[in-house]
Amino acid sequence: MKRPSLPRAVWVLLGKELALEWRTRARLNALLFFSFATLLLFSFALGPDTRQLQRGAGGYLWLGILFSSVLALGESFRVEGENAALDGLRLAPVDARALFLAKALGNAALLSLLSAVLVAPMCALYDVSLALGLGPLAGVLVMGCLAISAPGTVYAAISSNARARDVLLPLLLFPLLVPALLAAVKSTQLVIGGDPMNQLGSWLGLLGGFNLIYWGLGFLLFPRVIEDG
Amino acid sequence: MEALATAFELEDVSRRYGRRWALARVSYRLKAGGSLLLTGHNGSGKSTLLRVLATALRPTLGRVRVCGRDAVEEQAAVRAHVALLSHTSFLYEDLSAEQNLLLLARLLGVEAPKSAVDEMLERVGLGARRHHPVRQFSAGMRKRLAIGRLLLKRPQLALLDEPFGELDPAGITAMEGHVRALTAAGTAVVLATHLVEQGQALCTERLHLVEGRVTEP
Repeated sequence: MKRPSLPRAVWVLLGKELALEWRTRARLNALLFFSFATLLLFSFALGPDTRQLQRGAGGYLWLGILFSSVLALGESFRVEGENAALDGLRLAPVDARALFLAKALGNAALLSLLSAVLVAPMCALYDVSLALGLGPLAGVLVMGCLAISAPGTVYAAISSNARARDVLLPLLLFPLLVPALLAAVKSTQLVIGGDPMNQLGSWLGLLGGFNLIYWGLGFLLFPRVIEDG
Repeated sequence: MEALATAFELEDVSRRYGRRWALARVSYRLKAGGSLLLTGHNGSGKSTLLRVLATALRPTLGRVRVCGRDAVEEQAAVRAHVALLSHTSFLYEDLSAEQNLLLLARLLGVEAPKSAVDEMLERVGLGARRHHPVRQFSAGMRKRLAIGRLLLKRPQLALLDEPFGELDPAGITAMEGHVRALTAAGTAVVLATHLVEQGQALCTERLHLVEGRVTEP
């Protein structure tokens, strides 16, 4: 038996993540309804002031994605906890770095899909159009979802064994995500309202830097997170 | 050379959970290809000992060598040669029996994983249910799939924690056959069970634990 390389192991594990998501589509549907309901509630809470809704559209979209991400991240480790499946993988043995990359990429893919579905309701509910078009928005959404999923995967693994895991995950994650959230919201607003001062590149740079740091940290720290101390 | 001579070696191994010592100064040596029956009441430390040998837990004190390697310093190398059948099945509930075994086979680098998995599913009597999600399986079927998972790895040391639990008579007979096949193939086996007579028929050595300490049965 020849053990697979790290990229091959990531590929196999990513296939498992996607197969699990496909097998449990009800969870994905619940996530979609939850995030859509969040967008809807913001529009009701702020009333019929269209200009106010347009100004805050990017923020409301990202808050919807952020709240949903807590459910998605927690769920991704609940599946691993059933029958101690994660223990089974680490004793196989599977490289813990491959486990992190596959899990984080799977979460990023799920959140990216969710955010893509939310674009149309956002445009309809908040009466906005995309001044810079769909391409730049897709880039912002993918980078923002990558920024949530890397630290989110590490913290979901840490909190998965805690008694108050549902409370612990957002408590750990939300403060850490402030710079990424700020950059994602500003970038989205620029895609919606136009970018006459060419600021989009700077905000995307901040998102890129955040991703670089937290994907690197997750890659290095995840083996310590899942092993018995 | 040591890897060939010894399946595992425990030197004054202790493991603590909070203030409670689950294992206290356990020393033992099992030769390669040997078979050991592990007995003791509930909470005597059998599962903890198996988990320490499998490197799922680190010992609090003492030294553990498995297949000639240090279980703490060379964890990945030890894991490559050891397989654990635990109380928990390590299976994904929402994947099918086939998907669960294929995932492991691909991660282990098994050659021709599909045919190896097909063969294993037939061997454990789950060929007809290969596409069914594990969530629909009975406890006995899960146990059969879990032993298939262990056998797929072809370990040098197989750790079996209550392998007969939840199985019907036919399942128990099949499990005994799997254990005999493992020992016949030169795999060292550690079998923890409350069914002492059944275990003694399968193992040549016995270790009895009381509150984490080795005692006479």
